[in-house]
Amino acid sequence: MSSSTQTAQYNPAYHRFTLFLAICTFLLIVAGALVTSNDAGLAVPDWPTSFGSLYRIPPMVGGIKYEHGHRMLAEFVGLLTIILAVWTQRKEARSWMRKLGWFMLLLVIIQGLLGGLTVKMRLPWYVSTAHAMVAQTFFSLTILMTVFASRRWIGSTVTLTRHPDPGALSFRNLALLTVLAVYMQLFFGAGFRHGGLHFFPHVVGAGIATVILVWASFSGILRFGNIKPIRGASIAILGLLVIQLLLGFGAYMTRVVWGKDAVQPRPSMVATTVAHVAVGALLLAHCFMLAVQAYRNLAPAAELSPADQKAVVA
Amino acid sequence: MKFRFGLLLILLVAGCSKNETPPASYKPEAPTAKIDPSTTATVSGVVTYTGDVPKAQPIDMSQDPACVLGKVPPNFGEAYAINKGRAANVYVYIKDGLGNYSYPTPPPATLDQKGCRYVPHVLGLMVGQKLRILNSDPAMHNIHSMAHENDGWNESQYPGGDAIEKTFNKPELMIPVQCNNHPWMKMYVNVLSNPFFAVTDAEGKYTISGLPPGTYTLGFVHEKMGEKTLKITVGAKEHAVAGPAFSSADIK
Ligand code: HEM
Ligand code: HEM
Ligand SMILES: [Cu+2]
Repeated sequence: MSSSTQTAQYNPAYHRFTLFLAICTFLLIVAGALVTSNDAGLAVPDWPTSFGSLYRIPPMVGGIKYEHGHRMLAEFVGLLTIILAVWTQRKEARSWMRKLGWFMLLLVIIQGLLGGLTVKMRLPWYVSTAHAMVAQTFFSLTILMTVFASRRWIGSTVTLTRHPDPGALSFRNLALLTVLAVYMQLFFGAGFRHGGLHFFPHVVGAGIATVILVWASFSGILRFGNIKPIRGASIAILGLLVIQLLLGFGAYMTRVVWGKDAVQPRPSMVATTVAHVAVGALLLAHCFMLAVQAYRNLAPAAELSPADQKAVVA
Repeated sequence: MKFRFGLLLILLVAGCSKNETPPASYKPEAPTAKIDPSTTATVSGVVTYTGDVPKAQPIDMSQDPACVLGKVPPNFGEAYAINKGRAANVYVYIKDGLGNYSYPTPPPATLDQKGCRYVPHVLGLMVGQKLRILNSDPAMHNIHSMAHENDGWNESQYPGGDAIEKTFNKPELMIPVQCNNHPWMKMYVNVLSNPFFAVTDAEGKYTISGLPPGTYTLGFVHEKMGEKTLKITVGAKEHAVAGPAFSSADIK
């Protein structure tokens, strides 16, 4: 990343806006998960219209409440993303941030089209799974935008010292592995949730992901505990992982064991599965953050200048 | 999917079970026999059930006020409609043994939405027979058919909206139909290539009449307990009695 070569200005309004978008996107993920858990994905049978109208709000009862509420919130997030993309072009000094702004807009459009496809094709599992995966990718990027626009990130651009990242498996790669591991879980989990995959890969994946995430967060805390952002992300990942494992167990019990023959989605099932999706999204965002911070703060010894080397040894 | 009437004839002989689809190259075959109405036989019986009956699950309709307007009778899931050892909502059909006949298409069947439930819970249709879907509720419903052999579809229906008419062009058993606005609303449509089917009533009874004499395999399908078959033979104008016994061991 070439952030150090451009002079970015901290813009509090812009930063607050990215944070607002991230929060709205998180709520949108919760709203989307509520649609799935309440089996309401087809309560509104048409798209892009809802019951034939582009703007009229249908009676917000039953499944329509979830499906149409999700669509309205998605339109709002889409609008915010347009504003963000344009704002970023006009005010952002870092060219890669401007590109990221356009990319976010592209992603939200793709996501909206995937949402439409789930309705048009009546929820084939692979479309719903793609929709779930793009959703969490988009959310993670809103979080990264917020980090990149923060006072701490911009303020530390000039004073940044990079630390050596030794070892056969560098911490940078380990951090990337956490992102991959959570994506794997997202794919297997969503594939199961939408009826396309067996549960088995997701449980095995949980074991693998747990090993990778524990390994990464422990080395983040123990080896790079002096680098605040790495330490922070590592602690968050560890905490979220514990919660996510418990919620996964809860989702399994309420949906698969007790809920197999339920006549309708039970509140306990909805609560655990929605929370499992939401915490999964937070976990993915934090793994992205860990990777970004690892790439920013660490470097293979060969890339470091002698001054950097000394700074660390001292 | 196009309206392929020829399929109707093909599948008469195909002994249509759920996972048998005729190959695409299959040529329609003209019916070779006519049913003589003066010799037809009847088969009837009672479907019984032994063992513990799974407890009926209460349904909570509070998420749509239009579903709980007025008096709400105790509301339970209909997956196990078992009363004094007799099983209702079992779909009964001639699985095998019919000759190659042609049949007039029966008049339209009706599926109503009433009190935010489907009436009936299990329904039989012949290939090509019209299904009229009504909404007698003050609630908005969507009707989502999750067919595999037939086309799937999903349409909404306003309170008092016009009847929706659908036909199914291929035999297929236990097609789930669901309302995604009221996720407890679920029913099953069964499509057969002949008119010899029935659904057991509240006393577990069914009757199939107008059968040509012969030896048949009867299929009895329940949404949770799967299928049981029985063999029967009926001569001209005879009346055979047959009913399988499901038990708690059949619950999947
Ligand atoms: C920025 C835009 C959007 C985001 C971030 C988003 C996010 C989500 C999420 C996280 C889920 C839950 C997935 C799961 O639980 O596995 C979901 C489900 C769903 N979304 Fe969206 N969504 C967006 C836009 C839309 C749009 C425009 C539609 C239009 C119809 C839509 C329709 C649906 C449907 C029907 C489901 C349920 C899928 C199922 O049950 O299989 N979404 N969405
Ligand atoms: C690292 C650990 C884990 C992660 C990151 C993770 C992530 C996820 C995600 C993201 C989804 C849903 C995706 C979507 O549709 O949007 C999901 C679904 C699911 N997960 Fe996990 N999971 C983990 C561990 C577990 C464990 C240990 C269990 C159970 C023992 C579990 C059980 C489930 C179940 C049952 C579902 C489907 C829920 C449903 O059908 O509604 N997960 N997981
Ligand atoms: Cu309904």
